[in-house]
This record gives sequence, structure tokens and C-alpha cells, in this order.
Amino acid sequence: MAVDEQLKIEMGRQGVFVTTLEELYNWGRRSSIWPMNFGLACCAIEMIATTMARYDLARFGAEVFRPSPRQADMMIISGTVTKKMAPQVVRLYNQMAEPRYVIAMGACAISGGPFKQGYNVLKGIDRYIPVDVHIPGCPPRPEALLEAFIALQKKIDAQPLTGEARPRHLDAEAPGEFPVPEPGEHDLEPAANTSVWTVPVVIR
Amino acid sequence: MTSNPYFSLAVLFVIALGFGLTPLGLAWLWRAVYSPSKPNAIKNAIYECGLESKGDAWVQFRSSYYLYAIIFLIFDVEAVFLLPFAVAFMGLGIAACVSMLVFVLLLLEGLAWAWAKGVLTWA
Repeated sequence: MAVDEQLKIEMGRQGVFVTTLEELYNWGRRSSIWPMNFGLACCAIEMIATTMARYDLARFGAEVFRPSPRQADMMIISGTVTKKMAPQVVRLYNQMAEPRYVIAMGACAISGGPFKQGYNVLKGIDRYIPVDVHIPGCPPRPEALLEAFIALQKKIDAQPLTGEARPRHLDAEAPGEFPVPEPGEHDLEPAANTSVWTVPVVIR
Repeated sequence: MTSNPYFSLAVLFVIALGFGLTPLGLAWLWRAVYSPSKPNAIKNAIYECGLESKGDAWVQFRSSYYLYAIIFLIFDVEAVFLLPFAVAFMGLGIAACVSMLVFVLLLLEGLAWAWAKGVLTWA
């Protein structure tokens, strides 16, 4: 049951705080997103700077970097994903407990970036795992990571508990396991997870 | 019942129990109503930095390493006894020296026994 926004503000002025289960749940989810202690390349340096006193990710409840995927809520893909590293990244994502979120940080993580032509560079981690927020930049500044984090919080805030638009972890039908690619003869096999990524159509 | 001197303690105990169990119960209820559990083989696997773990986590070490440890410990403790003995050596009588000699010889005999048994051979 939704409370009228105007009524809610009016009651707030009188010292009465009203909320819904959904709002309370989303507030809890977005206020303590613990990232995984996981850096891939140079973007990780910016990620570390974001957690330190100057930029202070702790203001958003995300200062606790966990060394194990079992305790982490968010994975920041901070840097170039090589084809050697991709299976490990996907396996770590699979080992994280639900609800879990992914921020693809920087040009490399979202598309391969300056190393796109490299034979050993994955052209974007969203080929294998669902990414919530992409940040451009090479590397993105800490402010950009904070912006992505706030975008993720807004996304969480807007998610309903039931219905079609509910988050993946509340949907019994949504897959909990994403196939881990294996190194093949020329490329990783499979080259992409078609349930999360389709080959983009190039319009000329 | 309320006149019992332990009544307030019992009330506090029940409150303490509820304080711990209520959040657990709510979390369980939440999981049952909203959040389906989706276990799979990869998620339940042993965590090892994203790599596939090889072998068993319950690795056993050879029990003979225990003997190395115990022999080391004995001579370690012996050194502790030898130090005050060496400091006070000039002022000691015959009986003290002999008893110390017996102590050292006993330990040496143990070492000789271990050596003869082949414990010190690394294989």
C-alpha cells in the first residue's frame, strides 16, 4: 500500500514517520553494500583512493571491503579483464551471496578499452555476468565511482518487492548460476553468455 | 512468584533471548516469503580466490613431524635451564653439578634414541 507523498511529508513535520516494508528493505539494502576486496588493474588504484579519507566511500555505507565473496554484496570490476582472468571473475561472482551487484569500472571493464584489439583481452565483462552500472573513463576518477555507487543506490531504491520489475534475487525463476567460461583453442568457450548479452547490431 | 529474588533475572533472560532470536526469526520469515534460495555447485564449492580448488581441504600431515617438534621443544627448554646453571656455575657444589649432568645426559640419551630410531632422517 503506497502512502501519499504529500501526506507523508506532512506527517513527518508532525514527527510521525511512516514507511512501507518495501522502502525499509530497499533502504537497508542500499545503505550497507559491502564491496569485494578485488582489484584487477589500474582502475583498482582509483577504487582504493575512493575508499580512503579524501573521497570516503564510507559515507555511503560501503567502506567494508570483504576479502571473501561469501560476505560481499558488490563486485567492482576495476580494470582490464584478460581472458585468463575472466573465468575467475565469473566464478567469484557465482560464489557471492544474493543480492549481488556489479559495477563495471572504466573503459576496459565495459568494452576492452584501449586494449580492445588485444588477443587476450575480454571485450567487456557484461558478456558473462549482468552488470548494474557501467562507468566510462580511463581510469574513472573517484568521483565517477561515487557517482556510479549513487546510481546503484537509486536503482536499488526504485526496485519493487514483487511483480515483473522485482530484483533478480527475489525472483525464483531468475538464474543463480552463470556459466564459467573455459579457455578454448582460440577464445574463451562459450564466447559470451547469451542469456545476459547479445551481439549488438551494428547500424551503418 | 514475583517475590522471588530471581524473578527480575528471569525477565531479563527472556528479554535477552528474544533480542537475539527475533531478528533471526524475522530473517527466516523474510527468506521464506520473498527471497528464494538458489544454491549451486559453484556457490557451494570451497572458496579459493576464484580458482578451482584442487584436492581435499582436510589435508593430513605426517605424524612424524610431531616428533621433530617435541625434540626441538625439549632442547629449547633445556637451554632455559642451562643458562642459570652456567651463570651460577662457579658457586655450585658437586651435587648440583652432577644432577645437572644427569639432566643433560638424560636428554642426550633421548636424542640418541630418536637418532637410532631414524626420526631425524628426512624422508
